[in-house]
Amino acid sequence: MSGLALQNVVKEFGSFTAVNDVDLTVPHGTFVCMLGPSGCGKTTLLRMIAGLDLPTSGSIGLDGEDITRVPTHKRNLGMVFQSLALFPHLTVGENIAYPLRIRSAPKEDQKKRVDELLSMIHLSGYADRPVSKLSGGQRQRVAIARALAISPKLFLLDEPLSALDAKLREAMQVELRQLQQRLGITTIVVTHDQREAMTMADTVVVMNGGEIRQAASPIEIYRRPADSFVADFIGQTNLIEAEADTSGRVTVLGQPVPGLQLPPAAAKAMLSVRPEEVRLTAPGAGALSGTVTFVRDLGGTIETFVDVAGRQIVAVSTPRARPQVTVGQQVGVALTPDVCVVLAR
Amino acid sequence: MRREPPRTLGDYLPILFPAGMLTIFFVVPFGTMIAVSFFQRQQGGFYTPAFVYDNYARFLSGFFGGVLGFSLMLAIAVAACCVVLALPFTYLLTRMARRVQVVWLVALLSVLSLSEVIIGFAWSTLFSRTAGITNILVALGLMGEAKALTPSFAAVLTGMVYQAFPYTVLVLFPALVRLDPTLTEAARTLGASPLRAFFTVVVPALRNTITATLIMVFIFALGSYLLPQLLGRPQHWTLSVLITDQAIYQSNMPFAAAMAVFLVLVTLGLVALTVIAGRKGEAA
Repeated sequence: MSGLALQNVVKEFGSFTAVNDVDLTVPHGTFVCMLGPSGCGKTTLLRMIAGLDLPTSGSIGLDGEDITRVPTHKRNLGMVFQSLALFPHLTVGENIAYPLRIRSAPKEDQKKRVDELLSMIHLSGYADRPVSKLSGGQRQRVAIARALAISPKLFLLDEPLSALDAKLREAMQVELRQLQQRLGITTIVVTHDQREAMTMADTVVVMNGGEIRQAASPIEIYRRPADSFVADFIGQTNLIEAEADTSGRVTVLGQPVPGLQLPPAAAKAMLSVRPEEVRLTAPGAGALSGTVTFVRDLGGTIETFVDVAGRQIVAVSTPRARPQVTVGQQVGVALTPDVCVVLAR
Repeated sequence: MRREPPRTLGDYLPILFPAGMLTIFFVVPFGTMIAVSFFQRQQGGFYTPAFVYDNYARFLSGFFGGVLGFSLMLAIAVAACCVVLALPFTYLLTRMARRVQVVWLVALLSVLSLSEVIIGFAWSTLFSRTAGITNILVALGLMGEAKALTPSFAAVLTGMVYQAFPYTVLVLFPALVRLDPTLTEAARTLGASPLRAFFTVVVPALRNTITATLIMVFIFALGSYLLPQLLGRPQHWTLSVLITDQAIYQSNMPFAAAMAVFLVLVTLGLVALTVIAGRKGEAA
C-alpha cells in the first residue's frame, strides 16, 4: 500500500503513556494535521514517524515496507523542527545543500538543486548569506527548502509556524498548502492551532491523552465532531446537557425541545451547537428562554452571551443580522434539531 | 540592565580591590621578572642591576631552541589529545541523565584536587615494570613479560593528558549543554548517521569553543614542569623544567627570567596567531 500506515503504535516513557494504541493510515500525497493540546502525544507520534523515538510497541509502515526499526537517516524524509534547527555555521545555500552533500551528490547537481529550491521559496540570490542574517519568515522558508531538497517520501513538520507573528503565520499556511499540492508530497504537520489545521489539511487528526479522538476532513470534524472534546477543541461551541424521559421527550436545561431525538437507549446526552447556528428570537417564541448577560461587538462579528438556567450560551451573528438586544433583556434561544450535534455524555 | 561608562571616582571603587591585588601579585612580580631578565649575573647566586642582552643571547643557542620547540610540541600534543578525547566524551555526557552527569563531573573534579606530584607518582607506578599495568597484560596472556613503560614520551603525554582532561571537559561542558539538540536530530533526518552528524554539525558549530579550549589546554600544558621530570627522560624535559633548574639549582635568576619572558612572548604570539586564523575562518 502506498503511503504511511501506523498500527497499534504505543509509546511509554517510564510509567507514562505518551501515545496509546494509535492506528492511522495516510494515503500517498495527503496533507495531515495532527492537532491537540500540548502533551497530547502528537509530537511524540511525529518523532516516531521520523525515527527519532522508537515505539514501545506497534509498527510503522511506509509504502508497504516496515520502517519501525529503520534508523532516521535511512528513511529519506524531510523534517522541519519547531526551532527550525538551521545549522548556524553554514550559509543559506549550504544549509539547503546539506542533505545532498551527505549523500555525496555531484557539486553541480547540488548547486542546481539549491538554485531551484531558492527560487521556489522566493529567496533567489540568498545562497551566500549566513542564516543569522535572515528574518523569521525567511528562516522558515529555508528550513522548508532544506527538508525538501532530496524530494523526500515524507514531509514532517513540528509546529513549524509557531514562532511567526499572526499575519505571517496565516500567509505561510496558505503558501505551505499550495507548495504541498504542487509537489504532491505526503505531509504531516503537528500543530496546536486549529485554524492552521483547518487551512491546510486534507485530514485533521485530533488527539488527546495519547489517543486519536477523530480523524476526518476539516469540515467533517467541524460539522460532525465525534465527541465533546473534539467539538470543544475545534472552533467555538456551546456544550449543553440534554435529557430524555421514558417516552422519548427531550428536555434541555429543564425546558422541552420538541423534535429533538437522542440515540435509542440514551437518557442523557450532550448537545454541541456552534455559536453561529444559535438564533436569538423574541422571548417565548424560541425553545429556551434566557437573559442576555453580555454583548461583545468585535465589528466583524457580534457575540451575544445568554444565560439559560445558569448555563451560558454564546450566539454569534454578523453585523447585518445584528440582533437588537441589550444586557438584561429576556430573549428566546432557538435550538432546532438540525443545528444540534448529539454527543455521548 | 543599563550599562553606562563609570563617571565619578566612586564608580571605580568596586574594581579597586581586584585591580590592586592584580597589580601587587601579578603586574609587579612580572615587571620585576622582566627587569631581572636584563640584569648581570654574579657568580655565587647574586645579580646586579644592569641592562645587558647576555641572558637572551645565551638563550638563542641550538640547545635551548630545541627545548623550546619540544615544549611547544608537547603542549600542542597534549591540547590536541585532550580535545579529541574530551569532545566526544562531553558530548555523550550532556546527553545522559542528570544524575549520571553529576557523578561524572564530581569524579572529574576530584581529579583536579590531586596534586601534580601525586599524579606523577601514580602514573610512574602504573607504568613501572614491577607493579605496572603490563603485569595485567601478562596475566591476560597478551604480553610475554612485564616491562617498564616509563620513562618515555608516551608516559609524559599520558600523565599530562590525564591532568588536563578534567579542565577540558569542564570548559567544553557548558557550550555542549547549550548546543541545540535538535541540530543533530535535524542532521539525522536529513540523512546523516549519528557519527556524521557529530562531525558535520556538532564540531563545526562549536569551532570557536574548540579553539578556545585548545588554547587553554595548550597554555596549561606549557607550564607543566613536574610530570616531564617524573615520567620522562632528560630529552623530554620542557622549558619550564630548565627555568626551574636555572632559577633554583643553578641560581641564575637573570637567565631563568629571560627564558620565562621569552616563553610568555612565544605563547602570546601563538595564541594571537590562532585567534587571527579563527577570525579569518569566520569571515570566509
